[in-house]
Amino acid sequence: MMMNADDDAVLTISNLRTEFRIGGVWHAAVRDLSLTLRRNETLAIVGESGSGKSVTALSILRLLPNAGARIGAGEMMFEGRDIAQLSEHEMSRIRGNAIAMIFQEPMTSLNPTMTVGQQIAEVITIHRHVPHSEASAEALRLLREVKIPAAESRIHDYPHQFSGGMRQRVMIAMALACRPKILLADEPTTALDVTIQAQVLMQLDELKQAYGMSILFITHNLGVVAQIADRVAVMYAGEVVELAGVETLFARPTHPYTAALLRAMPRADRSSDSLEPIAGSVPPLTSMPPGCAYAPRCPHKLPSCVQARPALQESSDLAGDRSHLVRCPVRLAGASP
Amino acid sequence: MTAAAPTTLSRPGGLWVAFSNNRLSWVGLVLLAAIVLIAIFAPLIAPHDPLEQNIVSRLEPPSAEFWLGTDSYGRDVLSRLIYGSRISLVVGFLAILIAMSIGATVGILAGYIGGPFDQLVMGLLDVMLSFPTLLLGLMIAAMLGASLENLIIAIAITEIAPFARIARAPTISLKQRDFVEAGRALGFGPVRIMRVHILPNMISDVVVMGSLWMASAIRTEASLSFIGLGVPPPAATWGGMIREGFENILDAWWLAVFPSLAILLTVLALNLLGDALRDAIDPKLRAE
Amino acid sequence: MIGYAIRRLVLAIPTLFVMLTAIFVLVRLVPGDAASVILGDQASEASLRALRAKLGLDQPIYLQYLSFMGDVLRGNLGQSLSSGRSVIQEVLLVLPYTIELTLAAIAVGVGLGLPLGIAAAVGRNGWIDYAARLVSLIGLSFPAFVSGILMLIVFAIQLGWFPVLNSGDGGLGGGLRSLALPAFNLGIIMMAYVVRVTRASMLGVLSEDYIRTARAKGVRPVRLILRHALRNGLIPIITVIGLYFGTLIGNSVLTEIIFNRPGLGKLIFGALNSRDYTLLQGLMIIFAICVIVVNTLTDLAYGLVDPRVKYKS
Repeated sequence: MMMNADDDAVLTISNLRTEFRIGGVWHAAVRDLSLTLRRNETLAIVGESGSGKSVTALSILRLLPNAGARIGAGEMMFEGRDIAQLSEHEMSRIRGNAIAMIFQEPMTSLNPTMTVGQQIAEVITIHRHVPHSEASAEALRLLREVKIPAAESRIHDYPHQFSGGMRQRVMIAMALACRPKILLADEPTTALDVTIQAQVLMQLDELKQAYGMSILFITHNLGVVAQIADRVAVMYAGEVVELAGVETLFARPTHPYTAALLRAMPRADRSSDSLEPIAGSVPPLTSMPPGCAYAPRCPHKLPSCVQARPALQESSDLAGDRSHLVRCPVRLAGASP
Repeated sequence: MTAAAPTTLSRPGGLWVAFSNNRLSWVGLVLLAAIVLIAIFAPLIAPHDPLEQNIVSRLEPPSAEFWLGTDSYGRDVLSRLIYGSRISLVVGFLAILIAMSIGATVGILAGYIGGPFDQLVMGLLDVMLSFPTLLLGLMIAAMLGASLENLIIAIAITEIAPFARIARAPTISLKQRDFVEAGRALGFGPVRIMRVHILPNMISDVVVMGSLWMASAIRTEASLSFIGLGVPPPAATWGGMIREGFENILDAWWLAVFPSLAILLTVLALNLLGDALRDAIDPKLRAE
Repeated sequence: MIGYAIRRLVLAIPTLFVMLTAIFVLVRLVPGDAASVILGDQASEASLRALRAKLGLDQPIYLQYLSFMGDVLRGNLGQSLSSGRSVIQEVLLVLPYTIELTLAAIAVGVGLGLPLGIAAAVGRNGWIDYAARLVSLIGLSFPAFVSGILMLIVFAIQLGWFPVLNSGDGGLGGGLRSLALPAFNLGIIMMAYVVRVTRASMLGVLSEDYIRTARAKGVRPVRLILRHALRNGLIPIITVIGLYFGTLIGNSVLTEIIFNRPGLGKLIFGALNSRDYTLLQGLMIIFAICVIVVNTLTDLAYGLVDPRVKYKS
């Protein structure tokens, strides 16, 4: 039985279902998702495009577009409250404050008509109600902390005067201004050069240690996962198919999808001849198969797989105090990789 | 070699589909068709002779004999209204046709030749565009004198600039395309290239703009007629009728109302039609 | 910002020259002889010659051009043929009224149009959106004088809410009631354009990434719309306001006639009727200068609103 880590949990998502209206009908992009984010941990969510990982993060902060999207079911417990039920006004007090988010495209994610100083100070004045001078001073301190050179003069510059990597650091500074308990990071390094990527990741890790916060890191890049994650959740077609500690995931991937992902990923210790793309594609939202969503592409498929949707179950393989959950009865029964 | 995005019109049926989906566009079309029919069949529809004066029954309110009343010369308002549609439509149509032809030619030439000639033309166009249309028309019409032909010329001149703009942009992108290069390699003269290759690709856009600007032309025509620079009396023009109505506004306010409504409906119809066509071609296209 | 402003001002000068030249050409395009058009068929040969000399029409064309330019640049726009006063004087007499009307019309147009456009974009496809588009369509379909006359009939004559004949005796501003109808008449045209462009611009901006970032920061809706969205969507709106300022000036001619207000429009009308070509030419020059000033101010406004404009070389 897994160690009860619930009292260490900072965010508990239970049975989240997020739907989009397509052609007049509501379809689920996230189906029955349950996750627990623990204090001071970095939980990575991995998956292809369309797996629902970004939607999950947006759902947490209720940032989905007003029309055509909704949270259909589920609860998200944060600090004793279900934030799925909070009013928009109450949510706006949490956003940027207790829970913050950074996004993928630094080029377009900053307001072009405000200086970076103004944009960082804005978060502070909204949530802390301090005078502007104090907010600006804090903004300057934050810019220095994310290692923007010549921060005193650059604080008055506009976003278009910064490079991509620097803009991402500004975004990080903005997100951390109010010392959030949770940082949602939606592919923050995907649009950056590899070298800059490494710097930003390192910075994130340092700040996490310094501030003591949990990070929900969304990515499709397993290499990044290996660098920074404590635990990993693999998502496919709107649900978690495997959840494990990072070493366990890489050493003993159990779900067929996870295994396929790892085989498709270039690694330094393997020749590129052994890369295997995954055949087939993710089923569209509008026509989700009744049974296991991965079955059409799965080499281990059994007739029972297409009949009923498999549940997330404990694997008997344990490492340390982290549980290993897999949504594949076939592999769990078979045990051998 | 960047390719210009294909417009909806280049796919047969595309325009029709987009057009018929928009309810308002049908309203515009029907309205315009009605007005055009009225103009064409004016002699058959009008109950009285628009020029026939009837001093006895001056400034009468609507009655059984004169459905919309009479003006200060005793002429039937309804008949004058019907015949007035001819002038407005003809002037609007011809003015736009001329403006389109000259404007598109200038635009294509500017775009094709490029360089300082292009700069010069664009500068002139900008100057013309920033000058208020009505004032420009006013000045030109005043200089030329009031007559049907001069009215058409004056309005045409004020509407040239937008067409030149519309024609220039695609010309610049089209002239880089392969088939133009091929044509040049084969020794085709520039005129042939412009006529055969460039012109057909933009003609749909230009024509759509035409419908939108026809509304503007008719507005200008009415304004100029109101001021007295349009077709001289005793011809029946909507603008002139409004002026007469204005002069008698305290005695016979209806004189001004009916031609006003006529203008409003015509301009509205053209606006609806033009908007729908423009959305069908490219929702992002903005008429300036 | 200063450098940008200076660059814009410098650019205005050649435009001015082109416009002045165009006016010069236009005025002299009058078919036939200007003097006989002015004085009529019955005029004697002597008076025709005197008028031609007075107008400088007997000089070769390039000399006329040079003296024209010289005069204008020195601020001498000639004398009105009908009143004898200098053109500048005539203009100054009525300018305050025109400015008052124009400002009031812009206030109506922007004051009504901007909020309506924003509301339409925020409440996309809701009833406000349809209402706004309808209002805009109607505003665009009325030629100014048509709406003016209809307004006059309905509000002044039939309902008696507003005075019909404005003699302007209340002086400047003293007649808010007499200003209301003409200002509104001119304003609804501008409002139609402003609603359209504001709606379109805001729709575009609201779907941008940085709006999502601002929401994720906890920015409340009001501030989100005003500080984040509107500020970024202002450029096309300012463009339209500047662009249709010209239309506004043009339509003020008709509005002044209908509502019997003194102003530049009526002056032009009078000049046309009395064939006062000097006055007419002078007025055209004034209008050209106004248009250039408005365009330059619009450009300067861009610089204030969008920092990226300023910093381009």
